[in-house]
Amino acid sequence: MGKILGLKCRECGKAYPAEPLHVCEFCFGPLEVDYDYEAIASRVSRETISQGPKSLWRYIDFLPVEKEATVGIHGGFTPMIRAHRLGQVLGLDNLYLKNDTVNHPTLSFKDRVVAVALTRAKEFGFDTVACASTGNLANSVSAHAAQAGLKCFVFIPSDLESAKVLGNLIYHPTVVAVEGTYDDVNRLCSEIAGEYRWAFVNINIRPYYAEGSKTLAYETAEQLGWRAPDQVVVPIASGSLLTKIWKGLKEFERVGLIHGVRTKVNGAQAAGCSPVATAFAEGRDFIKPVKPKTLAKSLAIGNPADGVYALQTARETQGLIEMVTDDEIVAGIHLLAQTEGVFAETAGGVTIAVLKKLVARGAIPREDVTVAYITGNGLKTQEAVAGSLGEAVYIEPSLEKFQRRFKLK
Amino acid sequence: MPITVRIPSPLRKLTGGLGEVQTKADTVGGLIDALETAYPGIKERVCDEHGTVRRFVNIYVNEEDIRFLTSQDTPLKDGDHVSIVPAIAGGCA
Repeated sequence: MGKILGLKCRECGKAYPAEPLHVCEFCFGPLEVDYDYEAIASRVSRETISQGPKSLWRYIDFLPVEKEATVGIHGGFTPMIRAHRLGQVLGLDNLYLKNDTVNHPTLSFKDRVVAVALTRAKEFGFDTVACASTGNLANSVSAHAAQAGLKCFVFIPSDLESAKVLGNLIYHPTVVAVEGTYDDVNRLCSEIAGEYRWAFVNINIRPYYAEGSKTLAYETAEQLGWRAPDQVVVPIASGSLLTKIWKGLKEFERVGLIHGVRTKVNGAQAAGCSPVATAFAEGRDFIKPVKPKTLAKSLAIGNPADGVYALQTARETQGLIEMVTDDEIVAGIHLLAQTEGVFAETAGGVTIAVLKKLVARGAIPREDVTVAYITGNGLKTQEAVAGSLGEAVYIEPSLEKFQRRFKLK
Repeated sequence: MPITVRIPSPLRKLTGGLGEVQTKADTVGGLIDALETAYPGIKERVCDEHGTVRRFVNIYVNEEDIRFLTSQDTPLKDGDHVSIVPAIAGGCA
């Protein structure tokens, strides 16, 4: 296909071959895939994409794989919901939700990045895949590895929600629960990755893996009728997702699929782990790592690898980065469920709570076409809302009891 | 007693394979210059063209990130331990 020119350091521009590498050996910056956009532009059109599979692979021309998709062929192309009722509550006339709570097969946006990472890992000839994860990524790697027949090791912090642990074990990978935070897990995994020839999706496969997030932007543009939204609100953990959504929109513009992209890219963090939001508020261009303490465990990365790029993207697009408390996160989960019938995990609560804050302070005007990214499913983080729910009404199986209980007679 | 500096593996080509070296300096900035004198080429790897520590390089003084202290002005005293660690490019969302 020839669309991949190689890898390139995002910091110093040094070029590398398209191999399983992720760090520039000169300046330690992250490596990124370098594409031949002229070749891509000559091949794609709205028509060819529309005729593609109803999955993230309809955008294969923008993804860093050499041949066809072999893993995760049903991922992506999730619903874009016109959120009338939530919009009414918040004061927005054109609010949309990109609903990755129903992504296939493990109910989070990670099914996108893993589909790309494992397809690429197979092209490289790896027989073992691995990841450092706050939960959703491990679930997705476990499921996809099972389907692809690859050996699998997933590394998670030992304090994860039980559904996220179970959501690995059922696929029979080796689950390593590390005593420590995600940042400890990540550091351990970088050392392990240096020792074995494994495909660590978010370490040595990271330049390819991270590109899968761009498909959220592509779908956004296509599902809105081939245009970019005025505003997006994106949760920030490592900062990669936010950065890649912006990259995806700019790529579509670059190859002529959409025009006049002026999207404001807003970021959302939990107050208990807000290194990027804090740097934004203080006008800094570097990130001070923090020790996370938040309900939003999927976002609990205290030393975010792409934090500086998320900062840069928000500033460049005149977006904002805000943070919300655990109480606001839970309220956000409830509000989304009550108004739109979507049960999001904690990261979705962060996104909705930040969206609410941004509208309240006038940063998102009523008429702006706004997309909020709901990246994971609430059934995985039930502990987060357990203390804030009503109870079922228990009655005997009798019409009279029912009518009396609800004063319906 | 001098200052002990941990050198990450990608930089050991410049230190003749040594993972740990000793030097003398009053600040982190001074330490980088002292390393450059002893092991030419190390500064351009650790610092950008303005002489500030690169974004993807972390420096720890006695296990504390210098960005939490006073960055390159962070004072050093004899017996301190300094680690140079490439930031880990892992990550999730």
